Amino acid sequence: MSDRRNAASATREEVEDFLYREATLLDAWKLDEWLALTTADCGYYVPPNDKPDADHRSTLFTIADNHARLVERIKRLKDPSAHAEYPPSRTRRLIANVRITGSDGDAIEVAANFVVYRFRRDNDRREFVGHYRYKLRRENGALRIAERRAILDGEELGALGAVSFIL
Amino acid sequence: MLYLPGNPHAAMNERYVVEDRARNTFSLSRETLVSSAVLEKECRAIFDTCWIYVGHASELAHPGDFRTRHVAGRPVIFCRDKAGAIHVLLNSCRHRGATVCREREGNARQFMCMYHGWTYETDGMLKAVPGAEAYGPDFDKRKFGLVPVPRLEHYRGFYFACFDRAAVPLVEYLAGAKEYIDLVVDQSPSGRMEIIAGVQEYDIKANWKLLVENSVDDYHLPTVHTTWLNYMKNAGVNVRPPKDEGLLLPSKGWGRDLGNGHLTTDNINFRGRPVARWISIYGEDAKADIEAIRRELVARLGAERAARIADTNRNLVVFPNLAINDGSSVTVRTFFPIAPDRMRVTAWCLGPAEETRAQRARRLDAFLTFYGPGGFATPDDVAALEAVQQGLAAWREVGWSDMSRGMAKSAGEQLNTDEGHVRVFWRRWSELMDRAG
Ligand code: FES
Ligand SMILES: [Fe+2]
Repeated sequence: MSDRRNAASATREEVEDFLYREATLLDAWKLDEWLALTTADCGYYVPPNDKPDADHRSTLFTIADNHARLVERIKRLKDPSAHAEYPPSRTRRLIANVRITGSDGDAIEVAANFVVYRFRRDNDRREFVGHYRYKLRRENGALRIAERRAILDGEELGALGAVSFIL
Repeated sequence: MLYLPGNPHAAMNERYVVEDRARNTFSLSRETLVSSAVLEKECRAIFDTCWIYVGHASELAHPGDFRTRHVAGRPVIFCRDKAGAIHVLLNSCRHRGATVCREREGNARQFMCMYHGWTYETDGMLKAVPGAEAYGPDFDKRKFGLVPVPRLEHYRGFYFACFDRAAVPLVEYLAGAKEYIDLVVDQSPSGRMEIIAGVQEYDIKANWKLLVENSVDDYHLPTVHTTWLNYMKNAGVNVRPPKDEGLLLPSKGWGRDLGNGHLTTDNINFRGRPVARWISIYGEDAKADIEAIRRELVARLGAERAARIADTNRNLVVFPNLAINDGSSVTVRTFFPIAPDRMRVTAWCLGPAEETRAQRARRLDAFLTFYGPGGFATPDDVAALEAVQQGLAAWREVGWSDMSRGMAKSAGEQLNTDEGHVRVFWRRWSELMDRAG
């Protein structure tokens, strides 16, 4: 019992370090290393702008990847034929307001705000603003991503166009 | 129009589309894709004369339900009144113009303008005016209701508006497109398809007509969607073109002219369908269920019609700006120009109303593997269209695009990878632009 409680606990400092490391990997396009931070049952979701709290099984999302599809997404992004991201966008993520919001079984629930700036040649700067909701789990003592939800604040995707990189 | 030396059509008349059937050439002036004068003209010649898609009946399930959106540049309220009738009302207060309904969607007992408080019934009738006594005895509330679009008609639940009172009825306008809408609607045992919650609204920095072309252009599939084809292959789907048939794609498909500028692809299915053709991507546990959906189709419609629905994929364009992609899932996608080099896209997922929770989840999954701003394919389409638009900046020197692919063959032989169906759109576009003078 006490093991289980320990599994679902972490300090904010540890969680912050983890999220900053994740952001660094994504900004550096170290996608395999990033994928290694996910659990084998990890889900990655970007809900639709008009229904941010919806369930992906009954509502059309922008992204609703199970782990198998996430693996395929990473393969795709590493391929120069993924035209929307070739050459890869330059991104810079600012992660803030990190808090541990609760637990779900052995998962630690975490919320954080984000601004992701995205730059492409011959294109305007795009700012993706929103918040993350994570479920983190420990595997062999290390934090891993069991669920990752990037919820955009905009009323519509609009000028952001597409979510073609890992948000 | 300015013609520069070196322009192959410099000696011809000043037309946007130059076609020579004897020599099998079809050239499109790139000015049509960059010019604000052209955009201004097409707003009147195309968007104000054609039937334009507004929304689907299923989006207004109950009396009082409403959705606000923009149609051909106008703010509208798409709503169902208390008695159950569907309206499309121009969302502009009869007093001094404010948008009367400012919420995205909801259920209303009435619409109240936030500026001075005029209130309207859900059918648009003016209900009350604060301080009504200040208006003279001749002020007639009946003359101040919200203005409906001049024409509103539907075909099997798809509602279209027309700003031209003299337009032909919608069913006549739709011509051969009706048959392809039927192939979609007949996927529901009760004939009730519904728009699923969750809308995708995004801009593309490209001329709106490029998305018409792209929605039906299967020539680009092997190059633009390599990563999607790889994803299919990794999941065990055969995506290799058959040997010796001269095809670019895993299965044969055609491009068809449906009349009045409408067009479609009509392809032998290789990519699977929620209704109803299993492929390995759906997983073994979905097999029995998809077979059961197929049996329902056969029992209801007969084997031939069931095969027509389930063994082909169709990307339909209803002229000018509605695409229904009946492919990996069913998308309803409409788009409007907001500048010569920018369009606003709205896309929904459509499915049979009686789908089970598991079937619905499968449909949504299938949608996201290909379509939408986070899909494995659509973002690359967007990249292609934006690359085109950037290239078009050289239109003064490189003035024409070629669309002659397949032209040496007869109309019935046009493949989905030819451009016969794309030419259908441009001919109609050019005819309407010419008619406007
Ligand atoms: S503008 Fe609507 S009440 Fe005055
Ligand atoms: Fe495409």
